This record gives sequence, structure tokens and C-alpha cells, in this order.
Amino acid sequence: MSDPRPIVRTYGLLRRDPICLDDALVGIRRAAPRVGVSRLPTEYDSKLVSSRAPGMNSLHTKRGRANFLGRTAIVGVGFTPFTRASGESVLALATRATREALEDCGLAPGEVDGLVSYSLFSDSVPCQAVATALAIPELTYALDLNMGGQAPAFAVTNAAMAVASGLADVVVVFRALNGRSGIRVGSQSFAAPTAQYRYPIGFTAYAQYMALWARRFMIETGATADDFAAVVSRQREHAARNERAIRRTPLSIAEHHNAPWVVEPYRTVDCTIEVDGACAVVVTSTERARSLPHPPAVIQGAAWATGFGSGLDIADPHFWPDYSTNCQTVLADRLWESCGLTPRQIDVAQIYDCFSSTVLFGLEGLGFVGRGESGAFVRAGETALGGSLPVNTSGGLLCEGYLHGMNLVAEGALQIQGRCEERQVAGAESCAITSGGLGDGSALILTADG
Amino acid sequence: MKIENLQLRALPPTPDADSTPFWEALADGRLQLTRCGSCGTASFPPIPSCPRCAADTVVPVEASGSGRVYSWATIHIALDPTFADDVPYTIVAVDLEDGPRMLGRLLDRDGPPAAGLAVRLVPYRVDGNVLPGFRAD
Repeated sequence: MSDPRPIVRTYGLLRRDPICLDDALVGIRRAAPRVGVSRLPTEYDSKLVSSRAPGMNSLHTKRGRANFLGRTAIVGVGFTPFTRASGESVLALATRATREALEDCGLAPGEVDGLVSYSLFSDSVPCQAVATALAIPELTYALDLNMGGQAPAFAVTNAAMAVASGLADVVVVFRALNGRSGIRVGSQSFAAPTAQYRYPIGFTAYAQYMALWARRFMIETGATADDFAAVVSRQREHAARNERAIRRTPLSIAEHHNAPWVVEPYRTVDCTIEVDGACAVVVTSTERARSLPHPPAVIQGAAWATGFGSGLDIADPHFWPDYSTNCQTVLADRLWESCGLTPRQIDVAQIYDCFSSTVLFGLEGLGFVGRGESGAFVRAGETALGGSLPVNTSGGLLCEGYLHGMNLVAEGALQIQGRCEERQVAGAESCAITSGGLGDGSALILTADG
Repeated sequence: MKIENLQLRALPPTPDADSTPFWEALADGRLQLTRCGSCGTASFPPIPSCPRCAADTVVPVEASGSGRVYSWATIHIALDPTFADDVPYTIVAVDLEDGPRMLGRLLDRDGPPAAGLAVRLVPYRVDGNVLPGFRAD
């Protein structure tokens, strides 16, 4: 059933009549959408929230706006160092990042009543272990997702839903792994229904699966190795301003093209860098957030998608019809509807970059640029600091390290909180964050509070 | 189809209840897919329902193995050391003329394929395991 309330335009944003007390959108101070020279209006910029075809599956239009949006926020972040050999247990890393995140926002472990985490191939510890290690009196909400990089935005979404529904007040979302010295996802074999069609012929690793998509993207859109190189080069520039990043040296286009192949069309520098480490963020109500030390990064939009033909397991390429688009294309409509914003109103983005190509998929999938335009957009400097849409300001997974996307969420929150120092995007009040580069994944929109 | 005996590296397949007929047919030089009893869509990998219309009756169907290259990946570093002596080698994703998409080792070693290249399934045997490969048609 469609929402009968009129749509009103306030401060350049779409929102329902204020009678609905949808504080979700009230908090945004933006006076007018920024129009970058290279950011021409896309299909989303001309689309009204109410224009969606009836009957299409959309939580946000069928039932009104999801109740956690706007009412929950990320209030603190915590990291361990990212290293090639932590010398510590995963539990020690998880506990430390969680403790750091709580200290960051002035909360004590005893105030935590919810934990959310995700893992891949049993490379982490369950929420109960961290609760035990931190002497948390009682968890009223715990969720261990057996998912990889598609999970982080969705994990935060679940934390926000727990808070908004009253199941918990303070939920910490963490990702911890010895991804370099322990279980390495990039070369790990794992049991799965379609493993029998991959491993026997020598198709054994995530980089190889993604390479099929990258190649088809090049065929379909005309993207080139120069486009991939530009993505990497920009993010190296950002990483130079981030002490946590592993790869901080500049990389020219020529240097990119001289790096060794891993699996064509990916060279070593197109691939994320596996690390040991942990990252955590604290989610609570926007109301409570206002009494904490840092400005809230309000959870304003969220979407998950398992697209049609996502496959029988995380690495199954057989059923997905179009390797030149991924889950971000599928969830884009719902993401923008959920927050009432358009791509042009986003100040900064953290786009899942397990490989260079997935940044291009994300830019096109979410409608920041049109089909086939992402490479030129990056080459023109639009995703650099100072560009119209700085992307992966920490250096991303390519340079900061492969925390399977949790660190992109943390970076997004830090940008909204204005705490990124040398790499801070001036006046950043809205950030898009994506998780996942294949057929299923998630995304978040964070904004400043009003 | 003629099965080629090749000096390549391989790992043994791990058939399950859904896939055993496929692997048995391949070892016999035949490509067996599943076809929906309702809408007629052919599927690979074999699954117990139709991924297009959700019907729960699927029947085995023999396929030609002809198709066109949809995408490919050329592996230069063997992330599983089993395949270290094979690099560089190419995995192709092939759209079969019977409908579904299938992975296989590209057995031609004369450079990368092109999108749309016509190929045919060539089962190859390594250490008693028969696996899917493709050659240009």
C-alpha cells in the first residue's frame, strides 16, 4: 500500500510531511545539492520517491520508512593496528577493537547489551567470546553472520534494527581476523555446493572469480586497464594521509601497468592486501548519541540485496546473468528511497574495493555516474580528495587493508564526524558505504545530525 | 565427445547427490544438464528445482556442449600450489547454446579468447578424473 502522505521538498531533500515525525531526514543541514561538473544528473536525480512502480518489492515504500533509519547512529569507532603478523589471537584483536570503540565514545563494556559480527571460513570468534572477555553482564542481542565482505553495512543495519526495536541499547559491530598470518581468504579452499566445479579445473581463489566479472565489465562498458590503474592511484594518494594504511607509497599509471599479473585483468596492485587486525563501531540511538563525545553519524539509509541468480554459494558464478553489474545495482533504488537522498547529494563514498574494478561497479551501480562513465570519472580526479565525490578516503581495502569492509564503515563514520584530519572531506555531511562486490551485498547512508 | 588425456594438474571433483549424474555422464563423454519439466529451462549446475520458474520437477537432458565465451580469467599466480606448473592458464565462462553458463579450462594455449568466441566442450582426463574443458570450435 502506498503511503498517502504528501511528499514535501525541504532543504533540497525529499521527505514525507513532517506530521509523520520522521526525524530521519530532519537532521540534514544541506541547503542545496552540490552539482559537480562531472556529476551530471543520473536517473535517480529525476526520480521521486513516489514514482516507483506499484507492487515492486521495497520495504521502504510498501510499509513506510524502516523505523531504525534516522533514529540510530554510529557513535564511536575502534581499531587495532593492521599488520602482516599480529602475534595475537583473533579474540585479543576483537576484544581490543571493541574496547577501543567503546572508549572512543565514552561508554563502558558494562553498558553494551548487543554484539554483531561476521566471519568467513571460521576465521573469527563469536560474539559470546567477546562478551565473555569483556565481562559484559548480559547480551540481549547477538548475531554472528557467516558472511564475508557483503556483511558490514548489513551488520550495522542489524545493530540499528536491534536498537530501534528496543532489543538492545548499545550494540558493537566488530570484525576481527588474522587474515594474513592465519586463515587467508584469498587462497583458502572451502566446502561449498559449487566448489566441485571450480577447484578441480584450477579455479580456486576469490581473485580469479572476480576477474571473470572484471573482464566482462571491460567488454560491456569499454573500461580499460587505465581505469583500474586510476582507481588504485587515487587510493594510494589517500592512504598516504592515513597512518593505519599498509600501502602508502604513490603509484603511477605506468607503475600499475608494470606490476605482475595475478589473474588477468588483475595485477598485484589491483588486489586488496590481506592483514591481521580488527575494527569495531558502536551503534546506539540518535537521541543517546547526542549526549556522547562525538557528533553522531546518523544511519539514514540502508539496503541489502541478494540479486536474482546470486548462486548456490558465495563463489558461485553460474546463475548471475550479467557479470558487469553486481548487488549494488540491484539495491540502488531501495537505498536511495530509504534515505530520500540522491547520488548528487552525497559528499563522500566508501565503496567496497576488494579489487580495483569493484569501485567502478559501485560508482555505476549506485548511479553516481552513468553506465560506462566510471573510469573517466576516476581518471578526471572526481574521486580524489578535493574532487566532487572523494571515494575510499582511507585508501580503502586496496591500501588500508582487507578487514572485509568493516574499516570502510568506520571511515565513513569518521568522515561524518569530521575526524579524518589530513584526509577529511571538508563539510562532509553525507556518506555512502557499500559492502560486497558480487551478487549479494549491502549499503548504508550515513549523515550528520541536525 | 572424445575425452582427451592431458598432462595438466587437477583436483578430484567432489560430487553430491544432485551432481553425481553430471559427473558420471562427463566421464562417459557426455554433457548432461537438468531441464525444467514445466518451463523447459535447462540448468547448470544441476539443482533440484528450476531457478527460473521454481517448478520442482527437473529431468535430465543431454546437451551439445557448444557455446560462446562470455568471460575469462587468465591465471598467472597459482593461489593453490597444485596448479603451479600449469600457469599461465585460462578459465572460460561459456554460455552454452542449450542455455546455462558453464566453467571450464580453456585447452587451447594460443593466447586469450575473445568474447563471443565459439567453443565446444572437450572433457579431459587427469589422473582418472574427467573434467570440463573447452576448445575453439
